[in-house]
Amino acid sequence: MRQLSGALGLIVLVVGCASAGARTKTAAAPAAASAPAAAATQDTAAGIGPQYPSTYQRHPNPPVLIRNATIMTAAGQEIQGGSILFKDGRIVAVGTNVQAPTDATVVDGTGKWVTPGVIDTHSHIGVFAAPGTFAESDGNEATNPVTAEVWAEHSFWPQDPQIPLAIAGGVTTIQALPGSANLIGGRSAVLKLVPARSVQEMKFPGAHYGLKMACGENPKRTYGGRGGAPSTRMGNMAGYRAAFIAAQDYRRRWDKWNKDHQGDPPERNLRNESLAEVLRGNIYVQNHCYRADEMMQMLDLAHEFGFKIRSFHHAVEAYKIADVLAREGTAVSIWSDWWGFKEEAMDGIYENAALVQQAGGRVVIHSDDASGIQRLNQEAAKAMYHGRRAGIPVTRDQAVRWFTANPAWVLGVDSIVGTLEPGKMADVVLWSADPLSVYARAIQVYNDGWLVYDRNDPAHQPKTDFTLGQP
Amino acid sequence: MIAFLLAQTIAITGGTVYPVSGPKIENATVLIRDGRIAAVGTNVAVPAGATRIDASGKWVTPGLIDGAGQMGLREIGAVQGTNEYTQRGNDVAAGFNVLEGINPASTLIAVNRMEGVTTTLAVPGYLGVPPSNGLIWGQAALIDLNGATIETMRIKSPAAIVAGLSEAAKDASGGSRAAVAQRLRRVLNDAREYATRRADYRRRQIQDLSASAADLEALQPVLRGELPLIVLANRRSDIETALRIAREYKLRLILAGAAEGWMIPGELAAAGVPVLIEPMDNIPSFDALGIRYENAPLLAKGGVKVALMETTTENTRDLRQQAGNAVASGMTWDQALRAVTLTPAEIFGVADRYGSLDAGKVANVVVWSGDPFDFSTGVEHVFIRGKDIRLRSRQTELLERYKTLPPKY
Repeated sequence: MRQLSGALGLIVLVVGCASAGARTKTAAAPAAASAPAAAATQDTAAGIGPQYPSTYQRHPNPPVLIRNATIMTAAGQEIQGGSILFKDGRIVAVGTNVQAPTDATVVDGTGKWVTPGVIDTHSHIGVFAAPGTFAESDGNEATNPVTAEVWAEHSFWPQDPQIPLAIAGGVTTIQALPGSANLIGGRSAVLKLVPARSVQEMKFPGAHYGLKMACGENPKRTYGGRGGAPSTRMGNMAGYRAAFIAAQDYRRRWDKWNKDHQGDPPERNLRNESLAEVLRGNIYVQNHCYRADEMMQMLDLAHEFGFKIRSFHHAVEAYKIADVLAREGTAVSIWSDWWGFKEEAMDGIYENAALVQQAGGRVVIHSDDASGIQRLNQEAAKAMYHGRRAGIPVTRDQAVRWFTANPAWVLGVDSIVGTLEPGKMADVVLWSADPLSVYARAIQVYNDGWLVYDRNDPAHQPKTDFTLGQP
Repeated sequence: MIAFLLAQTIAITGGTVYPVSGPKIENATVLIRDGRIAAVGTNVAVPAGATRIDASGKWVTPGLIDGAGQMGLREIGAVQGTNEYTQRGNDVAAGFNVLEGINPASTLIAVNRMEGVTTTLAVPGYLGVPPSNGLIWGQAALIDLNGATIETMRIKSPAAIVAGLSEAAKDASGGSRAAVAQRLRRVLNDAREYATRRADYRRRQIQDLSASAADLEALQPVLRGELPLIVLANRRSDIETALRIAREYKLRLILAGAAEGWMIPGELAAAGVPVLIEPMDNIPSFDALGIRYENAPLLAKGGVKVALMETTTENTRDLRQQAGNAVASGMTWDQALRAVTLTPAEIFGVADRYGSLDAGKVANVVVWSGDPFDFSTGVEHVFIRGKDIRLRSRQTELLERYKTLPPKY
């Protein structure tokens, strides 16, 4: 049923993603991250002023010291009897000897674990919202195979009751993506997962927009089924190429005008504007693609037009080309064990994550599913232990990075979140047990230092408007 | 050769044995002979010539039983030609038995049994979200996940008839929950009338009945209370409708889904109605706005007989994770193990042969490296009807091929 609502569902929820990315660690400095409406990549396009800027603001919270916990930093350390102090949304100190300021709330972490906030690179929460009717099925603009002009944030419903469920699973940041009906489905939204009245209040300052692209069965079925194009995989490729050829021309005209400001500016075209930003390296390509041979085609496409694919998504056959993916610097956002729900997913294996890790690639465990997003730690554990049983070494730190630091990189926010290190944004989860155990539950979730969820305190269990007055 | 195989004796020694029917036994032996469990305990003599499996430090449990999926009936979900679990065009398909649709060569079988699932209920229709529409979907078959033929896999067929009383069933009945309930009653009434007037039916001396003779005939064991009726119902009011109709017709009811069952555990327990549940489901829909993680634990606590199901058939192996999450949500560990072994065996009427490690039962046994529900645990041995199953699948072959790149084709 999880697959039906996710990767398989056609009209209601066609999944997909693609990634391309150019930058590595040049995201905004932590200091800028909490500033509302920072002049961030997400809010601008070359030559165009701010667009739909973030109005995110950190929620005030007293300083917090979690003491005597096992702290998994996702930066190489698992500290027994460790403490973490955060204040004003920043991690101040992590270690075995941390003093609490007098105004700090002290949380006893005895027998508990702490990790960075969970980050999902592939969510359709808010765009395919619950209760799952056509009324809030807003993730696929399946009216044209190339819709780079649509933005997921313009569909995102902050009152989706799936949001609090994900928060209770420890999730602090998501990339909300358009679906995968289209070759190019539109821009993603990188969001702080906090209760809010508008998506603008959730937009992650400093994050990079993603461009959703999709390979394979979904686009060719969506359009071929109507007697249109594409109806084949070669039709898919022709569609991407035509779109980027147009974007190259658009970018050239705008880059020239931005340089010399001669005459009237070129006419704006939203579709080409998104694609031109990909060519400039400002928007990261997030590419739904299952099969190894198709990922190789997409890498060639990226070479042809000079962009990077930041992450393949789903990538159930990534293990077949793990060496190539490592060389290309393209991450994979994958499930631990989904397979077989459609033909291009037939070859999924448990060891996919471990094999990509072993080859030096960057692994992300993603959800693509409103149920799975609540248990990304469990999915990472499944992938880690199956890899180990097959003789592939995976460390616990690496497995935690699969749902924290690595997805942060895919979204271009790895200098801001994803690890527990001084100066990083205080996205922190306190777990009841080892997060790589099936029995662990998030007890407290802090987003930018704000206690956004507490399993033991109904006052910190947010509900969306939709849920009020319901059974 | 065949005689030799049948006479095979296997002793699993030294493990911590969880018989489910009783408390765990440390350092115990499970003796398997001729496909049956011959003895379980700390004082079991191992016959000379028995194959010994050293389970020291391991956990030994009955094979897991999935409460409902489509094993063998569904190869690739999105490829219609590989799906056998629906009789389209018949909203009252009581006579549709899935058994001959089962493909013993399905790749899903090896993938899932090597994670400890040895038995599943193969159901017509889909009990997950969104569920199948139609009123009566057909007859389910209980199968073991080993065998070259349908006959060798079959445990019990039919094991139940499956019907829908959720929002999805409305399409087949005029668009109202009230109409769905009324149509189900009419079908049951007609089945009763048919049973007393078969000759009139054949001579067409009877008003039109609401289903074919084959379908009305198939409902007779349900009306006699011999064959359970599995009803998918999630909303509390739908569950209560199912309970009401079951009372009226004295049916043996099993609820599937039962997402809002946690609101009325007392009613379910008093009615003696068991439930098939997916404990990791908690996404609200208008069919079940009250769906929540704590459903299985609250029902178990309220005295309801709870079995777990994993409706994502290709990952029936996630039944382990479902059980672990039920524990994390408040079920006791013992309740959760029972919910994937003895309880489903009881619900499907095969507890005399399945579901626990007791002498005389079919030897479906799993040796685990540790707690079967936790991810750190691996499966060491799977026995189905006493056969030590090779832990290989299409997926392990893919792993072997691509473990070192480039692959050797």
